[in-house]
Amino acid sequence: MRDIHTSAITDAVKKLCMEANYALEPDMLRAFDRALVTERSAAGRQVLEILKDNAQLAVSKKIPYCQDTGFVVCFVELGQDVHVTGGLLVDAINEGVRQGYTEGYLRASIVRSPFDRVNTGDNTPAVIHLDLVEGATLKIQIMAKGGGCENRSKYKMLTPAEGIDGVKAWILECIKTAGPDACPPLIAGVGVGGTFEQAARLSKKALFRELGTPNPDAVVDALEREVLDRANRLGIGPQGYGGDTTAFGVHILTYPCHITSLPVAVTIECHAHRHKEAVL
Amino acid sequence: MRIGTRRRCYDASTIGAGQPVMVTPGADGIKEIVPPLTDADIESLKAGDRVRITGVLYTARDAAHGRLLPLIDAGKTLPIDVRGQIIYYTGPSPARPGEVVGSIGPTTGSRMDKFTPKLLELGLKGTMGKGHRSEHVKQAMMRHKAVYFGAIGGAGAVLSRFVTKVEIVAYEDLGTEAIRRIEVEKFPAIVVNDCHGGDLYQEGMAEYGR
Repeated sequence: MRDIHTSAITDAVKKLCMEANYALEPDMLRAFDRALVTERSAAGRQVLEILKDNAQLAVSKKIPYCQDTGFVVCFVELGQDVHVTGGLLVDAINEGVRQGYTEGYLRASIVRSPFDRVNTGDNTPAVIHLDLVEGATLKIQIMAKGGGCENRSKYKMLTPAEGIDGVKAWILECIKTAGPDACPPLIAGVGVGGTFEQAARLSKKALFRELGTPNPDAVVDALEREVLDRANRLGIGPQGYGGDTTAFGVHILTYPCHITSLPVAVTIECHAHRHKEAVL
Repeated sequence: MRIGTRRRCYDASTIGAGQPVMVTPGADGIKEIVPPLTDADIESLKAGDRVRITGVLYTARDAAHGRLLPLIDAGKTLPIDVRGQIIYYTGPSPARPGEVVGSIGPTTGSRMDKFTPKLLELGLKGTMGKGHRSEHVKQAMMRHKAVYFGAIGGAGAVLSRFVTKVEIVAYEDLGTEAIRRIEVEKFPAIVVNDCHGGDLYQEGMAEYGR
């Protein structure tokens, strides 16, 4: 058994929240550079250049890359040989979010109830997904998930007969309907299989894979490549001003499913793809 | 000539109809815009035009629009005079000490579709955000002579550099969603929907789709 104190968890989450909002990960910066080579649209290239400047300015001035500093979605892998001391894990994470957002000049975007819509003032609570895993470490992945693109995320229960072609068509439809509203170039996180909620959860988790890396499953990798290619033929382009770079990636995670079902959830992510992780 | 100097000379009543005055072509082909705008200014703008806005913008998004609508319906005076003005759909992040504003990029315009036609009826000449507007709003923009500008979504850090002053003018309790009067200097944007039915998103997709 290894003890991890909640204060270490709070400190880690605080740091992750701030860094995620100021500094895009290198995989995103590489994606901008790759797109600048292939993009035919002058307006599209200009948008990509401005986004690169934006990333640089955000880091140097410690000002958020996007004013929508997101809903904190947190995936925790808790080693089952870890003993969390000093309080509750969930409270420690939310305290980290609170400190990170208030001390980091990040926007408070969460309302306490979907109906009365009073802002909580410190961007808490986070959405927390917990997995119990082997080992004695605690892995925390956080994503600052923007609202504009999240609003374009969708779910559909396909029939098994619709098969892989149905899955491709649905992901493309989601990217197309998200279009300029969701700040393209987009990334589609896709969960296929499981149940209603499992597919949705996987669609978020899928976004943590490094952009530009292949899917370890050859069949799924081919599917991702085909859908990405077709998405980039839609013509939507950076910001929807027309162009070849509508999406940077399609990331799919799968899970076994029921004989009656083919659930497909698509989380739409914008180019402000802010994700960081820490291992304690 | 500094655009700010000319702004002080603006008097809507003396501006002749038919000639754009507060929209002028820059040497690099980018149009310089100084609100408040007239119908003639609006008519001179076409979807796809790149623009730089200098002067005043008002920020308002979901919650502020939710408060303005009942006032309009009741025939009451709004906390801002929207005639000739541009509303920027944004909720900035907090400013660090010594900074004018935090990150200040656009939010999705379609969430304001329900409210926009009534504001256009009152003389609002422009809205700025990102993403599609409804057919209803596009029709209202043609009817009332107004445009929808696109600012680059997710470029809030860069866009903050064009903001020179920020003050809250209404609904401070809404935090980031309060109505702010902001002053901008050469704020970059693009005309997405003009008052002639032009739509940059449709045109762009038609040109590059394959």
